[in-house]
Amino acid sequence: MIDFFRDWSENPFLWNGLWAGLLAGLACGITGPYVITKRIVFLAGAIAHIAVGGIGGALWLAHAFPQYFGSVHPIHGATIVAVISAIVIGLVNEHWAERSDTIIGALWAIGMAVGVLLIKFTPGYQGELMSYLFGNLAFVSQRQLQWIAFLDAVIILVTLLFHKQFLAVCLDQEQARLQGIPVTMINLLLLTVVALTVICLTSVVGLILVIALLSLPAATVARFVSSMLAMLIGSTILSCLLTTVPRIAVYGTPVNPESAIVITAATLYLASLFLRRRAL
Amino acid sequence: MFSASWADIRKSCETSPSIAATIDGEIVVHIEGVSFAYPGQGGGISTTEWILEDVSLDVYRDDFLGIIGPNGGGKTTLLKIILGLLEPEKGCVTVFGRPPREVRHQIGYVPQHARIDASVAATVLDIVLAGRIAHARWGFRYRRKDREVAREALRMTGMIQMADRRIGTLSGGQRQRVLIARALASEPKLLLLDEPTAGIDPYVEQNLTDLLHQLNETLPIVVVSHDIGFVSTHLKRVACLNRRLTVHRVSEITQATMTNFYREQVQMVRHLACCPLGDPGCQHGCQSSTEVTSREGVGD
Repeated sequence: MIDFFRDWSENPFLWNGLWAGLLAGLACGITGPYVITKRIVFLAGAIAHIAVGGIGGALWLAHAFPQYFGSVHPIHGATIVAVISAIVIGLVNEHWAERSDTIIGALWAIGMAVGVLLIKFTPGYQGELMSYLFGNLAFVSQRQLQWIAFLDAVIILVTLLFHKQFLAVCLDQEQARLQGIPVTMINLLLLTVVALTVICLTSVVGLILVIALLSLPAATVARFVSSMLAMLIGSTILSCLLTTVPRIAVYGTPVNPESAIVITAATLYLASLFLRRRAL
Repeated sequence: MFSASWADIRKSCETSPSIAATIDGEIVVHIEGVSFAYPGQGGGISTTEWILEDVSLDVYRDDFLGIIGPNGGGKTTLLKIILGLLEPEKGCVTVFGRPPREVRHQIGYVPQHARIDASVAATVLDIVLAGRIAHARWGFRYRRKDREVAREALRMTGMIQMADRRIGTLSGGQRQRVLIARALASEPKLLLLDEPTAGIDPYVEQNLTDLLHQLNETLPIVVVSHDIGFVSTHLKRVACLNRRLTVHRVSEITQATMTNFYREQVQMVRHLACCPLGDPGCQHGCQSSTEVTSREGVGD
């Protein structure tokens, strides 16, 4: 841990990693309460896996058509595919509700398979897939960081504007519909925000662990607070701590920071189950 | 399949003589000759699949109407038609003289099962404020006026001291009141309740009845219930719905029923002539003959 503070003035990647963690924590702290209230953790997982298709697509396009797509970063491809998949998943959930788990499960697998295939066809980028799957806090580039900051700004802005509508569809969708709220549009907007959060998170902990960070901090806080506002504030603070503190704590040890983050989050949640008996 | 557009329905309503009363505001819900069938698996609709058949009903401005009938009799379907969630195959429906879809945000709807998850970290006030969503603009917080209306709704339902409690910690009867408060927070011009007494003990039911009577001074109320005793002892009119619908003045049965109500805690009014489901020979729906029976020793 002391090593971290000794090294960080010399190593810009440590800075970037810390900032990326903080920004990702902010994103999932804000989005998590909606995700667990609406019970769409599964949908978030699907979006994260389908987005692998976007990574593969961006890498392959940049390799095959460098004159047009040479400057495209994989995170851009992942963002575009994640947003598109969020909208498709939202519409499937709405119109084919009884078949939605089958269809979304299929999309989940297809997106992943296409992504892996495209990365295979792009020489020299096998490592990119691994860093997307398991995260790579040690090498967050300046461009990646800027993109995450941009996504964070979008997430915060949309949430500030539509918090009441998001809350209404999370608490009781039918009531919101009867009140004349465009429920389909609000659901799609919420899923888009979730997709952007997923992209922020994958650069920190990797897509395999996205679900943990999207649900565990919010679920932990939900056991101690009564109101939605308190849950939003609490989960934002907890998420920001979770994505930074364990990373600093394990610096210089063989423990990889992504695993440390998720194991800490899971431990806190399990502890909260014992600390406070409340239905969840 | 549902080819009749709202324009067609409105057109057919305009030919009806009672539409004038609808526009005057005396009649808040006007249902005329409504038939409804859920789309069959094969896609076609045969006459035997009607859920509602030639249903006509007017709800007046000061109404306190109960709709009773067996499971599958079409109660929920009729509610959904009034709310504009389903469109009838035949006939016309207007609410406040308009197609239901356009005015459903003015209907306070209290669902049978709160779809609100007990584990949700939301306070009673959070839930009731969601009833204000139709009045809300974008922005993070509800405006002061919305908060005041929500608090007033909680005051009316006697739940104001619970405003900051987590919704999952409330009892069934308290939650029912919160849902009524949520409906009231939308400042409705009509209150629809689906099975409000389901799973509620007699004491809480009495409180609920008092509350509804109080609300009925300013609001027309429609209660859907299979609890025949509740409907026939507390309400002004009763509609018996079993694919077809017949309305009774409760005064026809009040005397005997009220006497029974105060002597014992539970009683049932059975409508003898309710058509059995799918009975093709029955032309007149439910007749007005009633029989009052009582069950003893059910209370406590």
